[in-house]
Amino acid sequence: MTDFRRILSRELKLAFRERAESLLVVLFFVLGAVLFPFGVGPEPNMLARIAAGIVWVMALFAAMLSLDRMFQSDFEDGSLELLALSPLPLAAVAGAKALAHWLTTALPLIVAAPIIAVMLRLPTDGLATLMLAMLLGTPAISLVGAVGAALTLGARRGGVLLSLLILPLMVPVLILGAAAVDAALSGLAARPHLMILAALSMAAAVLCPYAAAAALRQALE
Amino acid sequence: MFSGQDLRCVRGGRVVFEALSFTLVPGAALLLTGPNGSGKSSLLRLMAGLARPDHGAIAWDGAPIRDDPEAHATRLSYVGHLDAVKPSLTVRENLAQWGGTAVDAAIERFGLSAALPARLLSAGQKRRCALARLIARPAALWLLDEPTVSLDRDSVANLMTVIAHHRAEGGMCAVSTNVELVLPGAETLDIPRFAPA
Repeated sequence: MTDFRRILSRELKLAFRERAESLLVVLFFVLGAVLFPFGVGPEPNMLARIAAGIVWVMALFAAMLSLDRMFQSDFEDGSLELLALSPLPLAAVAGAKALAHWLTTALPLIVAAPIIAVMLRLPTDGLATLMLAMLLGTPAISLVGAVGAALTLGARRGGVLLSLLILPLMVPVLILGAAAVDAALSGLAARPHLMILAALSMAAAVLCPYAAAAALRQALE
Repeated sequence: MFSGQDLRCVRGGRVVFEALSFTLVPGAALLLTGPNGSGKSSLLRLMAGLARPDHGAIAWDGAPIRDDPEAHATRLSYVGHLDAVKPSLTVRENLAQWGGTAVDAAIERFGLSAALPARLLSAGQKRRCALARLIARPAALWLLDEPTVSLDRDSVANLMTVIAHHRAEGGMCAVSTNVELVLPGAETLDIPRFAPA
């Protein structure tokens, strides 16, 4: 456990030193969402209708931007070999990395989400559900993303390949995340959607670190 | 005792070496020699458990290292040809991230300055920062891949002293090199001798 904490605090410290990267991801998230009213027109009802979907899709895209860096720099400078030789099992290292990614990327996105939601006229009843859904669903993005990042390690144009691999897998999260907000807005229970989202994240938390570790081992061979 | 029996290494479908065996007892050193691409680094990676031999087994006190890779990882220090130095961290933070207990001693031993951001280090200083991990987290087995690259003459002499000290305390080391190194009593393993005919 102390080793896990050490790796996690290492990741957080590195992310903090390079915090401009996290900031860029959040800016991309906000800027991308700002473009939608220009594309579909400023009609408030229309925007309110699609706001939750926009927030989720932009959060996915923004996460893709940061995922390819998860193992890449450690792979390039040799740190990944040392992480593989740490007393911590490689799966736990991958788990710590995914957790650090969630804390430094997904959490800022969740904090920024209300800005977009308000801008797109999402009714306030939906706001709490949107944030709760993101809180429950984004861990799956970081975890499945870790597998993708490990698989595409060392590949040229790895970022594009990563998006092609991961985005299709994220469709359930997107559907449930947007549906939860829709349910809340139309007075239905959002709870079932949220529970399935949480279940997806929990399943990912169990399976993905092992898959990522296997892929990392392959990359290190 | 650390030993490898009848090892074969295959890289990209090509046999790099085969029928290679080695034994390291406490206090011993193994010098791996051979031209570029002969498999020195590959052998060190096999020893570290980063890669698996295509054939043969590597054992620590008779127990195969693949049975318990985490236990093997705790008793070795590996310095590969990449320095694994993070430019955004200071020298001290770079060493502390690997959970060492003797970080300050390591910084002093290799003549580094603790608070200096690692992005300001020269190539030789980065190498010293990587080598300082050996002291920062004590381990019985040192695996060094061409450790003298970009070191100046004094630093090479310093490294040799550090290795001698490690061996005097019963540590083992395997060092790959392309230059003449002074390691008294070290056994030389010339890798090209094990290349397939």
